[in-house]
Amino acid sequence: MARFQRYLLNKILWFGAAFVIALVLNFLLPRLIPGNPVDLIVGQMASGGGVSGEALERIYATYISEFGLDQPLGVQFLTYLSRLAQGDLGVSFGRSPSRVQDLIAEALPWTIALQLPAILVGWLLGNILGVLAAYKKGWLDRIMFPSFMFLSSMPYYCLAIILLYVFAVVWPIAPAGGGYSYALTPAFTWTFISSVLEHYWLPFISLVIIFIGGQALGMRAMSIYELDTDYVHYSRSLGISDNRVIRYIFRNAMLPQVTGLALAIGSLVGGALITEIVFGYPGVGDLLFRAIRQSDYPVIQGVTLLIMITVLTANFVVDIAYGIIDPRIRARTEGER
Amino acid sequence: MTSAAAQDQYASASTPRLNGWAQNIRLLNPRFRFGLALLAFLLIFGFLGPIIFDKHDPMKFVGLLYDPPSETAWLGTDNFGRDVFTQLMHGIRTSLIIGFIAGSIATLLGVLIGTVAGYRGGMIEEILMAITNIVITIPSIVILILLSIAFRSRSVVVMGIIIGITAWPWTARAVRAQTSSLRTREHVDIARLSGTATLPLIMWEIIPYMLSYIVMAFVLQLNAGILQEAALSMLGLGISRGISLGIMLQWALLWESVRTGAWWAFIPPTLMLTLIAYSLLLLQSSVDEIFNPRLRRA
Repeated sequence: MARFQRYLLNKILWFGAAFVIALVLNFLLPRLIPGNPVDLIVGQMASGGGVSGEALERIYATYISEFGLDQPLGVQFLTYLSRLAQGDLGVSFGRSPSRVQDLIAEALPWTIALQLPAILVGWLLGNILGVLAAYKKGWLDRIMFPSFMFLSSMPYYCLAIILLYVFAVVWPIAPAGGGYSYALTPAFTWTFISSVLEHYWLPFISLVIIFIGGQALGMRAMSIYELDTDYVHYSRSLGISDNRVIRYIFRNAMLPQVTGLALAIGSLVGGALITEIVFGYPGVGDLLFRAIRQSDYPVIQGVTLLIMITVLTANFVVDIAYGIIDPRIRARTEGER
Repeated sequence: MTSAAAQDQYASASTPRLNGWAQNIRLLNPRFRFGLALLAFLLIFGFLGPIIFDKHDPMKFVGLLYDPPSETAWLGTDNFGRDVFTQLMHGIRTSLIIGFIAGSIATLLGVLIGTVAGYRGGMIEEILMAITNIVITIPSIVILILLSIAFRSRSVVVMGIIIGITAWPWTARAVRAQTSSLRTREHVDIARLSGTATLPLIMWEIIPYMLSYIVMAFVLQLNAGILQEAALSMLGLGISRGISLGIMLQWALLWESVRTGAWWAFIPPTLMLTLIAYSLLLLQSSVDEIFNPRLRRA
């Protein structure tokens, strides 16, 4: 147990270091912009007109004190950290007075509801198809392998654009984007839920197809390796049915695939930002896109922080789970880190 | 003696001379030839196309918003009334250049850090690999977004550098592993004993023995660089001036070309990005077989 504790401590230190560095980058990089972001945003307001000079000055002063931009950098960083500890990500420039954490809390459920089922379904289908291609070989593999290859090489946003065009414009069986009909306001009613589902399936499918490609390729490679092992030859010589042998292979080839699943779930927030932009889906990608267009730095920083935390957490959990499941990995990691 | 001879044989097998390569290329599978032909077509289209078709200014206004394809504008016009065909050629060129800069930087950094860490070992290895592990852990999209907004004005070169310096860690990690095992080879010992300095030794005694891996890593990095550029552009963080495939898509999405059915504005860049990615993946997977005869099946 002492060894495991050392392993755990080691991992915590590494991830802690990565997190601190990421946090510093998240704080520092947007502040490297020539001038300061408040100048820029107030400048944009002024050139947009409609805001009186007095109001501008007040907005300017509010932003400067809100972000502590009149303080030295070290103090600013400490303010940033203490706010962060209270879960406060500041005020959005573009959609003031909304707070960044509220905007994210509004967008995140859409992203999770879109991506989590897509990842799970794509992962499951991809793995089954991968084993099948490896096991059945022949024409099935000759068709599936190049198509998986094509699918996994295709940028996910390209597939999204083409699907949107084909199924919402050329042959309009799906609505042309959005998370729900604009005539409705979010509520727990049947009309709203059916509208959400209607808008859901196209982006969902575009994500599932891409996941299938990558997963199937990995699983196919793993299974081909497993097919040549003694236990498969032995089972076959005993005349055990194909289905059962496939199940054995499936289980043995699974470990790296499970890791892949955990990491995919971890990179869920940042993994398909552009799908949401293409479909106009009201998730985190859409939020980030708008924030970038409005130079809304607090929101951009909030989203990058969220992506960072989820990815680091997933990596950490996978590493720890591996350490528990597989003692060899624990030993190896101790040897060479 | 026998082991030295075997070593020698192995060494010459893993660093094929040029005529060996030529021979291998003739044996190549259709996958490689197809990938190469596709890439060559894209390169010619992007770099020579503007000269061949005499279309030099992708920013010139030739029509109105989303004019459909016609005799003068072969692929119609974009949201500003600019010629899509001209933009496509220049866009491919810019995307390939950014990908090339990013891929070169990522591969160079990765190979440099990986070989030095693997060859020197000890403290230097510890430090370099610590940096690598931390950079790997932080999601690259976050660093890309933050770096891009830190640069108010992004040229093609800046874009390439931003993408390149976030992509090297995977290469560094793999190269280090290979270097650690190469370090114990006899020819490296001999070079070291005859007083070769570290960098020339890495250059001439280590790198040639993993050239196949480096070439493949470069192709993958090139591909990733091109796709990252497109993704960043679509997020609104692309190059500030000029046109790339990603910038074309960004405008096409922003001006609702998909929903208005102006297919000529978004299908060409989408298709070109897919073709670039597919051709590079084909090349990468078959280059493996050129360098590694054991993977070739009769």
